Amino acid sequence: MDLLQGLKKGNKRAAAKLITMIENRTEGYQDVLKEIHKSSGKAYVIGITGPPGAGKSTLTDKLVKEIRKQDKKVAIIAIDPTSPFSGGSILGDRIRMNDLSLDPGVFIRSMGTRGHLGGLSVATKSAIKILDVYGAEYIFVETVGVGQSEIEIVKSADTTVMVMVPGLGDDIQAIKAGIMEIGDVFVINKADRDGANRTRAEIEMMLDFSNSEFKPAVKMAVAVDGKGINDIIDEIERHKEYLIKTDKYHHNRVTSAREEIVEIIKENITDKIFNDHLISSQLAELTQKVVKREIDPYTAGFNILKSIKL
Amino acid sequence: MFEKDKLSNIENSLDEYEKVTSKLLEKRPERREDFISGSGDSIKNLYTPLDIEKIDYSESLGMPGSYPYTRGVQPNMYRGKLWTMRMYAGFATAEESNKRYKYLVEQGSSGLSVAFDLPTQIGYDSDHSLAEGEVGKVGVAIDSLKDMEVLFDGIPLDKVSTSMTINAPAGVLLAMYIAVAEKQGVSADKLRGTIQNDILKEYIARGTYIFPTEPSMRLITDIFEYCSKEVPKWNTISISGYHIREAGSTASQEVGFTLADGIAYVEAAIKAGLKVDDFAPRLSFFFNAHNDLFEEIAKYRAARRLWAKIMKDRFGAKNPKSMSLKFHTQTGGSTLTAQQPDNNIVRVAIQTLAAVLGGTQSLHTNSRDEALALPSVDSVRIALRTQQIVAHESGVTNTVDPLAGSFFVESMTDKIEAEAVKYIQKIDDLGGAPKAIDDGYIQREIMDAAYKYQKEIESNDRIIVGMNQFQIEEERPTGLLKVDLSVGENQKLKLVELRNGRDNVAVEKTLVELRKVCEGSENVMPYILDAVKTYATLGEITQVMRDVFGEYQQSVII
Amino acid sequence: MDRPIRVLVSKPGLDGHDRGAKVIARALRDAGMEVIYTGLRQTPEQIVNAAIQEDVDVIATSILSGAHGTLLPKIAELLKEQGAEDILFIGGGVIPDEDIPELIESGVKAIFTPGTPTSETVEFIVNNVRK
Repeated sequence: MDLLQGLKKGNKRAAAKLITMIENRTEGYQDVLKEIHKSSGKAYVIGITGPPGAGKSTLTDKLVKEIRKQDKKVAIIAIDPTSPFSGGSILGDRIRMNDLSLDPGVFIRSMGTRGHLGGLSVATKSAIKILDVYGAEYIFVETVGVGQSEIEIVKSADTTVMVMVPGLGDDIQAIKAGIMEIGDVFVINKADRDGANRTRAEIEMMLDFSNSEFKPAVKMAVAVDGKGINDIIDEIERHKEYLIKTDKYHHNRVTSAREEIVEIIKENITDKIFNDHLISSQLAELTQKVVKREIDPYTAGFNILKSIKL
Repeated sequence: MFEKDKLSNIENSLDEYEKVTSKLLEKRPERREDFISGSGDSIKNLYTPLDIEKIDYSESLGMPGSYPYTRGVQPNMYRGKLWTMRMYAGFATAEESNKRYKYLVEQGSSGLSVAFDLPTQIGYDSDHSLAEGEVGKVGVAIDSLKDMEVLFDGIPLDKVSTSMTINAPAGVLLAMYIAVAEKQGVSADKLRGTIQNDILKEYIARGTYIFPTEPSMRLITDIFEYCSKEVPKWNTISISGYHIREAGSTASQEVGFTLADGIAYVEAAIKAGLKVDDFAPRLSFFFNAHNDLFEEIAKYRAARRLWAKIMKDRFGAKNPKSMSLKFHTQTGGSTLTAQQPDNNIVRVAIQTLAAVLGGTQSLHTNSRDEALALPSVDSVRIALRTQQIVAHESGVTNTVDPLAGSFFVESMTDKIEAEAVKYIQKIDDLGGAPKAIDDGYIQREIMDAAYKYQKEIESNDRIIVGMNQFQIEEERPTGLLKVDLSVGENQKLKLVELRNGRDNVAVEKTLVELRKVCEGSENVMPYILDAVKTYATLGEITQVMRDVFGEYQQSVII
Repeated sequence: MDRPIRVLVSKPGLDGHDRGAKVIARALRDAGMEVIYTGLRQTPEQIVNAAIQEDVDVIATSILSGAHGTLLPKIAELLKEQGAEDILFIGGGVIPDEDIPELIESGVKAIFTPGTPTSETVEFIVNNVRK
């Protein structure tokens, strides 16, 4: 429990080691999570998402530098897709935040998308809690907006910033259904490139169809040159005020607490079932029968369900 | 190039030959399943007239010294004048480097080539915190005009041609060179030499960038413009494939990416209002020489032909000098092994042959100990002697482009050109070299090739003598040239002295002027020259530019 | 499931030659490791800060400029200051043999010189990383 003491005092090494513990589900990790839950819930979580190459890391870097001017402690969790072939990964988001690694008020952690026993979203949410207790007032979670677990992560943020680049016409069509809904602030980065205004118009048109109470604005930025950063911060603030004023802030936290509990239940049920020897052999046996067309998969599934004792 | 009926005879005998060899192979298979070039391309067992039947001599080759320059940029090549033997050197202080230059000139070196240390290349004075441990290490430390005066002391700048490996702050070092010459009584229009000034390959492969792409391109075109009027004999850029190759690219990528960079510079200059024939004759190139003799020779020939076509067709150049690709070559540092370093002498000899048979205008030969440390004087001499042996004893300089017409070399030349064209098209599709670099396309292609090469070595599919085969137990050499840390301390002291001794009001005034010009659009060169002459330091000048332009952010591509 | 070994691959100093660093990053990835790549121009402070926040098991640095004698001992010293000497700290690049004992003395665990197969580096990491 030395680490927990350290964490509460704002020790970086302790925070880092605890995140590793959660990521690897080292024995005792649940006790840690139980312990820190009480003191978490203070940080404001900002999700940064968008397609690869949109400049998310650079934008995060600039946003954080701006927020640091208010002397607020900041943490960043940068999630990088893992190589689908080797299981290893190269996490390179940090490279765009190099100056931040000398700022004592900033903590950056990179996470791969593989190798999380309980799923990435569970690990990320736990890491957020740790960084919250560590004392971060703002936590940025940066991730490519693809894949179910990443969308879940982004959904759990208080404010989500969707980063787009000009000339993504078809991509916008493709992602509008899923991701457009979760954006609270829209940014067109690299806005000095051709087609920025068109992309903006397209996004605005789609947002017009949404009937949500909060109308997100579309902001132009050239993150590399630090252009448009203050605008985005103002927009994040506007969203934050809206959340607080309408009590959405509380409401969202209820939703995500509930989701978290459900997730823990689901995960543990799955673990229990598939780690059970009897069920494993029953499953193997029934699978053979399904393949031979002796029984159908529905009957097989319900047969197994019947023999489960929780 | 051949008569139809004769070709069909050849076709028949080739069929016969294939039958014979395949029978032979059944009994005794060849040493390898696939024979690959240095760049990993499959090489056939035999090349015949059939491989080059489409070549039209006048169109594809032509005479040396005329379009498309495949056979060389001068009509009589080395029969007239040998290439410039230009040894890249520079380390520690200006005093020590000055001694090395004088030694090289005495030994028959015909041009100087200045290596700067990393802080100088990235625009930091020797007392900057990031310069810690780096001062004088990979080249000479230059903080101000004072150091430059010492560096060229006793070397008449109207007699030598000087190449400076400097990129992001190229304008500052060029200004210092002009100022030193002025003090020697040599006017700028008499100066001959080259600045590397190629920022795009810094982003791609070499890493000594400072400013973002746009202001960097402006600085480059400012230099083009300034030199076309004031320093007309100066080569304003050395568009470099060398480092792209060292980073692991193939030969075709070296040509394709380098010429794509070249296209970007030409476009930028035209956009800035310059006329193509005003600046293009002063563009020069810089290529690598690796061990695969024929591939390398074909590479230089392909690059020349392709550039000529690009300048003529794409940019409408009229002046033949705009179309002829002149290049410097350096032997491949990454091909040298730390194991059995004397073997490197042989590698460098092969690479020298490649560069000369490929028609280079100047050449640096690497020293055997470069995989270990900075080269010693003895090693540098051997490297220079290698060039002299090829020049005077090998006989390859007696005639122009002796390998032309070789079925293999011509078909390889065609192939490299075709592959380079594909890369250039892809880069055009992405919006040009700067965008392709931003998107990481070029870096990714190079990295893929580099990783493939590494795997070939580790699986012993590619043999590197002394490294993965034919190893011996050996003692590593001792007594290698090392730059003392006191060099950094001395430079710091000299800076303190300089700042106390100069007219700081004048310095400040020129820096304020420079800032205004950077913020506007006027040519920066005259203002840099003014600042340099007041002994403003390199760090002070680049800091002004950093403030206005910002800094480049690397694209991470692995 | 075995947890992946986390490695920080970094280039200290001003040297821009990153072929070696990138090749080793790929090789470590292909060996199933999680590589955090921080790129060029890293100060010892940046490297150690990143290593601590990322809680890496290994710091792998590549340096070809000859500044190893200054920068690598500085990294080792900062690691000691932070009580993080348990991180396996290794280096590679153009480093003369005669400089190696001093670097090892300062706290670098191994130096890999030109021509070392990546498999050797992978093996060294697997065998020497804190368990």
